[in-house]
Amino acid sequence: MIEIDAGTLFFAAIFTNNILLTNFLGLCPFLAISREIRSSLGLGVAVVFVMTCTAVINYLVYYYLLLPLNLEHFRYIVFIVIIAAFVQLVEMTVERFFPALYYILGIFLPLITVNCAILGASLFLIIRKYTLIQSLAYGAGSGIGWMLAIIAVGAIREKVQKSAKLPRGLEGPALTLIITGIMALAFMAFSGMIQIQ
Amino acid sequence: MAVSRRQKVEATVSHECQRKRSKRPNLNDLTTDNRQRTTDRFMLPLILSLLAISGISAILALLLEVADSYLADYGEKHILLNDQKDLVVEGGRPLLFTLGEEGIFIPSACGGKGTCSYCKVKIHEGGGPVLPTETPYLSPEEVKANVRLSCQVKVKEDLKVEIPEELFLVKEYKIKVERIEDLTPEIKGLHLKILTPEEGITFKPGQYVQFEVPKYKMTSSEEYRAYSIASGSEDHRSLELVITKVPKGAVTTYVHDFLKEGEELHMTGPYGDFYLRESDRDILMIATGSGMAPMKAMLQQIEAQKIQRKTTFFFGERTKADLFYMDQLEAWEKKMPHFTFVPTLSRATEEDQWTGEKGRVTNLIEKHIDEKANIDVYICGSPAMVESCVELLTKKGTPEDRVYFDKFE
Repeated sequence: MIEIDAGTLFFAAIFTNNILLTNFLGLCPFLAISREIRSSLGLGVAVVFVMTCTAVINYLVYYYLLLPLNLEHFRYIVFIVIIAAFVQLVEMTVERFFPALYYILGIFLPLITVNCAILGASLFLIIRKYTLIQSLAYGAGSGIGWMLAIIAVGAIREKVQKSAKLPRGLEGPALTLIITGIMALAFMAFSGMIQIQ
Repeated sequence: MAVSRRQKVEATVSHECQRKRSKRPNLNDLTTDNRQRTTDRFMLPLILSLLAISGISAILALLLEVADSYLADYGEKHILLNDQKDLVVEGGRPLLFTLGEEGIFIPSACGGKGTCSYCKVKIHEGGGPVLPTETPYLSPEEVKANVRLSCQVKVKEDLKVEIPEELFLVKEYKIKVERIEDLTPEIKGLHLKILTPEEGITFKPGQYVQFEVPKYKMTSSEEYRAYSIASGSEDHRSLELVITKVPKGAVTTYVHDFLKEGEELHMTGPYGDFYLRESDRDILMIATGSGMAPMKAMLQQIEAQKIQRKTTFFFGERTKADLFYMDQLEAWEKKMPHFTFVPTLSRATEEDQWTGEKGRVTNLIEKHIDEKANIDVYICGSPAMVESCVELLTKKGTPEDRVYFDKFE
C-alpha cells in the first residue's frame, strides 16, 4: 500500500507511468487505429471511459465479492468477463440513444473489449492495493495517458504520411513501433518526478 | 480509507491461511477421518468457486439479455427497394443480412466482415453517415453517389435503397453434391444438382454463385465464398464449380477435406458482370488456375450458340500436372476451326516433356497480340495476373472498356 494522494496518482498514471509507454499494454488497437488523429481520438475517448468505469467496477467486485468468498485467484476471469459485458452494454446503449456519439466512438468499442491495457489497469490497482478513490484516479489517468499516446502517434503518422517518402520496409507498424519507442524514451524524462509502483 | 485498509489486512491473512491449508494434507497417511476432512477442504472451495463464477456470469448474461431485448429492439422498419418494392423488416441488424432474409441476395465474398467490398448498394435515405469501417472501400465519387457497404449499415430507421436490377434474379438454392472430381492435386471439380427451386438457375456464362458450407471444426458459423460457374447455361438444374485449395481457407478446406458426395448444401446466385458482350470483334480469353471456370462456361456458350468470332484462349499454369479440362478444350479446338487454345507453363519440369509455350500468360500477350488488335478481352485469375495483363494490353493499344475481368482474391 502506497501513501500517495489520488491527484498525484492521476498525473503519475498519465505521465510517469503511462500504461502504454512504460508497460506497453494495449499495443494492438494502438497500432491498428493510429493512422489519423480523428479515429485515434475516438478510440482514445472510448478507452478513457471504459477504463475509468471498469477500474471502479472491478475494484468493487474484487473487494466486496471475490475477497469475502476467498475467490481472489479468479480475478483474471471475472475481470475479463465484466469488462466484456460492460463494453457490450455501453455499445448497445450508445447505439440506441446517442447515434451521433456512436458514429464517433461506438464503432471502436468492440475493438477494446479485449484491450489488455484495460485489464492491466484493473489488475494493477489490485496488486498495488489502491483504495477506491486511488483506483478511480488511476483508471482515469491510465485511460487519459493511453489516449494521449495514441493521439500523439496518430498526429505524427498523419504528418509522416503527408510529407515523407518512406522506404517500403518502414511503412505501417514498423515505423509506428519506432516512433512509439522514441516517445517512450521521451516520457522517461518525466519518471524522476513521481515514482509509483 | 481505514475500512479498506483493514479489509486488505484480512485479505492477506486469508490468503496465507489458504496457502498453508493447501500445503498440509499428505495423501499417504490419511485415515478415513482425515480423508473426509480433506474432501471438505478441497470440495467446499471448489463448489463455492464454481457457484460464484457461474453466478457472476449468469447475472451478466441476464443483464445483457435484458438490455438486448430493450435496447437492440428497433421494431419494424420499412425498406423501399428501387422505388418499387416495400419491405417491412425487423430492425437492428446489418442491411446485407436483413435483405438476405427477405430473399434479396447482395453479393458478398467475405461473409459480412467488411473486407471484400462486394456488397455495395446505394442508400438514398437513412443509414447515417459513412462509417470509418467503410471509407477504405469507397471512392469520393461513390460516397457522393450514396454508395455504402450493406454489411456495415444497420437497419435502424426507414431506408431507401437502390440495388442493381439483376439482383432481383438472385435466388437461394438447395443443392446436392453429385460428384467430386480431382481435376489436379490442388483443384477439385464439384458437380452439383439443384434440388429447389424447381426451375433451377438462370445465368449468363461467366457469372458466379455464392457457395455456402456448414459450420465445422475450423469455423464458428456458416461460411460462404464466391465461385464461378464452369458449366454451360443450357442446363438449369446442374452446375459445375472449380475450387482450388487455399491453405487455411475455411470453405476450400471443407470442400477438399470434408465434403462428401451426396451432401446437401445451400448456395445463392447468379452474381457478377463478367460475361460475353455482343460485338463483331475477336475474342481473347486469358486465365490462370481456377480462372478456367468462367472461360469454360463461355466456350460452351460459343459452341452452343455457334458464335463465329475468332476466339483465342491463353491458359497459364505452373506444371503439366496443374493443367485440367484439356480433353474438352482439344475437342473444341477440333470442332471449332475459329478457336485456338494456347496453354503455357511457367515452371515446366524435365518429366513434363513440354513442347508447348513456356512462361507466363503475359509473355503470350507480348508474343501473339498485335498492336491495336481488334479484340474484346476477358481475363480471370489472381489480381496480380489480371493487373499486369490489363497494363500490358492498354500499352498495346486495347481500349480499357473492351477489357473485362474477374479477379479471384
